[in-house]
Amino acid sequence: MPDLSQDVLRLSALRKSYNIGLPNEMEVLHGINLEIGRTDFAALIGPSGSGKSTLLNVIGLLDKPTSGELYLLGQPTSAMDDEGRTALRGHAIGFVFQFHHLMQAFSAIDNVLMPLMLAQGRPGPKAIAHARALLAAVGLEKYANTKPNQLSGGQQQRVAIARALITEPALLLADEPTGNLDTHTAEEVFGLFRRFNREFGCAVLLVTHDPRLSSACDRTINLVDGAIVSDALNKSPP
Amino acid sequence: MRRLARLWTEWTIAVHFLREGRAQTAMIMTGVAVGVAVIVFVSALIEGLQANIIERTLGTQAHIRLLPPDEINHLVPVPPGTVQLVQEDKRAQRLRSINNWQQVTATLDLLPLLTAVSPVVSGPAFARRGSAFESVALLGIDVERYQQIIPLHNYMLAGQLRVGAGDALIGKLLADDLGLRVGDKLRLETGVPSDAVVNIAGIFQLGVRELDARYVYLDLKQAQSLLNLPGGVTVIDLRVADIFTADTIAARIARLTSLKAESWIETNAQLVSALTAQSMSTIMIIVFVALSVSFGIASVLSVSVVQRTREIGILRATGATRRQILRVFLIQGAVFGLLGSVLGIAVSYALLWVFNTYGPKLFYIPVSGTLVLLSMLLATLTGVVAAAVPSRRAANLDPVVAIRYA
Repeated sequence: MPDLSQDVLRLSALRKSYNIGLPNEMEVLHGINLEIGRTDFAALIGPSGSGKSTLLNVIGLLDKPTSGELYLLGQPTSAMDDEGRTALRGHAIGFVFQFHHLMQAFSAIDNVLMPLMLAQGRPGPKAIAHARALLAAVGLEKYANTKPNQLSGGQQQRVAIARALITEPALLLADEPTGNLDTHTAEEVFGLFRRFNREFGCAVLLVTHDPRLSSACDRTINLVDGAIVSDALNKSPP
Repeated sequence: MRRLARLWTEWTIAVHFLREGRAQTAMIMTGVAVGVAVIVFVSALIEGLQANIIERTLGTQAHIRLLPPDEINHLVPVPPGTVQLVQEDKRAQRLRSINNWQQVTATLDLLPLLTAVSPVVSGPAFARRGSAFESVALLGIDVERYQQIIPLHNYMLAGQLRVGAGDALIGKLLADDLGLRVGDKLRLETGVPSDAVVNIAGIFQLGVRELDARYVYLDLKQAQSLLNLPGGVTVIDLRVADIFTADTIAARIARLTSLKAESWIETNAQLVSALTAQSMSTIMIIVFVALSVSFGIASVLSVSVVQRTREIGILRATGATRRQILRVFLIQGAVFGLLGSVLGIAVSYALLWVFNTYGPKLFYIPVSGTLVLLSMLLATLTGVVAAAVPSRRAANLDPVVAIRYA
């Protein structure tokens, strides 16, 4: 059972620089302190180049911070090796990217199962049933065996969300998940995040440019030039 | 078991990648197949050719010949500290019998390394008919034993394979030279005062000019008396199971019997070195074809890694470790090698069938199962090795960069 008293994620004095040791060395994140609770539904906003994506990659253990510590489910991660980080990422974090990023060679259900396949090998009947249930939850039960290139952009993004949820992650990271979708589809996809946050109790951290989306979240974190300038609960959560 | 279950995932991803890049896969498979076909065909051809040459060479000679040791001058030992100056004339080697040849033969019969043992008495003679004469080599044989060394019945042209009681077998060229036919008489003169007139029981053709012009096969007893070596034999012919170890076996038997042992490898040194040179050139061909195949696989996979950069990023973000990515690409290399070799072996079988059926038919090329298995194994290994560099590059891609790759 997850310990509800604990944060999913805690960043302390986290810094990230690029081109270390070169003349064009550049610090992108300047000492970030941040906590995300078990059931938070937070938006990360900020102008282009503010470091949102870098922060998301560091949180998702795809990128290593230059200094500072990142605690995921209470575990410090800076000393972990690639295998350890991959294993933790595999079960603790679900990713949704702007451009859905599905594997074109695999059917929708195989894409959803991919994180399980990578962690455990051949999926059993339970895993397949779980994947079908998730596809049904995003409204795509009919498209389980369809290849991604035969699905619309919104449908592909929903497959990607189902994939992110298959490992029952504690934290769902989404990098402009609706940035590439029309308004109507964007609202549907956003609705899914909201629903999974409530139903599965997974924390959501959502990077967005869209002020309507961020205001629909419970909390808005504003990143400007690599520093958090404001972090507040929204006045009227829907 | 768990490891194997996890490998299933890498295998599945690799196969999906291969199927998605169908055109590329087909092209490199064809490349590998052509390479493997060349390797298998050339190897089988050379193997067949060499086997044929060796068979022809050894068909008319023993693998090892045991001879009595050379006679040397025994010097009177001098007291130590004395300087001895010797002027020595080497001794002429007369025809001598092998001491205790019956016991030696009995002992050799027990050695599992040898497949046949045949004592022979042989020496020079003149064959005379009327006023024509030819120098010949008399060979007194025990037909049953000798047949295991040289299967004379395969070489008979006329008459019967029969020696003893005044019967002799002669070669075709000798028969032509002296105008002899089966049933004719032939006088053999050996310098000792016991000439003999023999009846030509059969005429053989071994296919070697020298032998067909000179060999006269007699019964062991008659040859012994003609050569004035009653009860003796001058050579023991041996056959071994593995012909390429004949020289080491010869050395062992020489130590065992203190006789002089000559293996076919020694007496056919030129042939052996020619065969070795041929094998070397075959190996060169195999190595260079394998090299070019492996570079082909490596370059196709390198392109594939670039094409799949984003998918590698996705896999990494969805929980794939570096090792898993590495394995996905190594498996692709192995599949290229394995399937390509299966295809290539099929092609080379077809080529060999055509060669054996419609070719010059100078010799038959067998295809050994070992060669097939070996080339499949070699091709698969080559695939894995060739995939190593691109696989490492794929595994070391930074997932952040990879996933943003357009």
